Amino acid sequence: MAIDFQNVTKTYPDGTVAVDDFSLHVPSHTCTVLLGSSGCGKSTLIRMVNRMVDPSSGSILIDDADVATTEPVALRRRIGYVMQDSGLLPHRRVIDNIATVPRLNGESKADAHRRAHELMDIVGLDSALARRYPKQLSGGQQQRVGVARGLAADPNILLMDEPFGAVDPLVRVELQRELQRIQTDLRKTIIFVTHDIDEALTLGDQIVVLKKGGEVAQIGTPENIVEAPANDFVAQFLGLDSARRSLSAAPREGGGWLVSDGRGRPLGVVNAAPDQRSETD
Amino acid sequence: MEWILNNLPRITDLTLAHLLLALPAVASAFLIALPIAWAANRVRPLREVVVSGTGLLYAIPSLPLFIVLPIILGTGVRDTFNVIVALTIFGLALMVRSAADALDSVDSGVRLASTAVGYSPAKRFFSVELPLAGPALLAGLRVVSVSTISLVSVSAVLGVQSLGSLFTDGFERGIVPSIAAGILMTALLALLLDVLLIAAGRVIMPWARGGGR
Repeated sequence: MAIDFQNVTKTYPDGTVAVDDFSLHVPSHTCTVLLGSSGCGKSTLIRMVNRMVDPSSGSILIDDADVATTEPVALRRRIGYVMQDSGLLPHRRVIDNIATVPRLNGESKADAHRRAHELMDIVGLDSALARRYPKQLSGGQQQRVGVARGLAADPNILLMDEPFGAVDPLVRVELQRELQRIQTDLRKTIIFVTHDIDEALTLGDQIVVLKKGGEVAQIGTPENIVEAPANDFVAQFLGLDSARRSLSAAPREGGGWLVSDGRGRPLGVVNAAPDQRSETD
Repeated sequence: MEWILNNLPRITDLTLAHLLLALPAVASAFLIALPIAWAANRVRPLREVVVSGTGLLYAIPSLPLFIVLPIILGTGVRDTFNVIVALTIFGLALMVRSAADALDSVDSGVRLASTAVGYSPAKRFFSVELPLAGPALLAGLRVVSVSTISLVSVSAVLGVQSLGSLFTDGFERGIVPSIAAGILMTALLALLLDVLLIAAGRVIMPWARGGGR
């Protein structure tokens, strides 16, 4: 399911322009990351897809059908949504939180719970946690439940609004890895909002770097953006102009290269090409 | 003590009568307060007017209300319906603010999330907002329950039978144990109802029990 933003503008009643004439094609079965600092309108954009926010002008199409013609509640039930701080219902057990959307769609409790158990497995949650309440889980576990809930109705589209923003860095990396693994299997059309550059480079098939008001600074693959930043804003945002990402490599004793950043801080080792290595082994 | 034992059947009857006046009033105050509170929260400019306005009802002296209400309702002064309506009004005075605050206290992130996953507004109210407001609603209901139990006694002055009759009779005829029994039973009844409400809350809202993991 492809998503198209066509000349979308959002002006709030107080005159704030959150998004100004934004257009974007989100291809099917890929992960598009909206990357920008707070106030760039990225959350507004993602919320327009499931009609949490309606654009002031322009339209959003899902497989060429304008979302404005779809009843919002029905639309939301067929689009997965994962948010920061998980947004789980504190009065429902983990299993019931995951089963929320199938239950809203009228599935029987038994079927919905069976599906929820499958999903706990997919997102790497111990099934012993099924009967717990959300507050009895760690932040990372809660986000996994959030992802499972987003996937429960088997939506084609998954909207992720800074889903890993509130968990500590180690857990975040782990969750990113899990999401990549899940995406390899499920191939959803994902729009992922973040302000974390590393997260964007890790997860995005396509990255959209946003300035204030939803102005597009650059659209491209992670490689495109790192190799050829379109302008100073992108270079600065990614830290490409800083010492952190201007790397240099020096030959290493015993083969391979030692890589350091612009300040001479050693970062790691680049191994020699595999065929060379097999010779030295 | 002997007086109490000799009059046990009467005390039991009066306790029952007391409950039959208090319980319908507590229940209707709760059920009427909910939609008022919900509406008050929806129409923001009116919220404080409605909430403070109903709160002021508590300032009406109870005895005159018991006497004036029948004129409006067309019932007799000693009609139980009259007493229940008056008690409901006092219950509302306490419950509307509690309910409005309780419904307001539901975390906005949870509201947003439930909308995002596809709850319709009505379904969201009954399946998310109302249960999450539960603990705060219960706190308000407990105050109303205790207050109503104690207020019922006033109606005894009008001649409506309740535990209050033990005061009025005891006072008129100079029977101290009767007065003591009235005080004791009213306090016990209020306590019992409170314990029942707490227990019901535990059963209905197991998620609200304290403790981390």
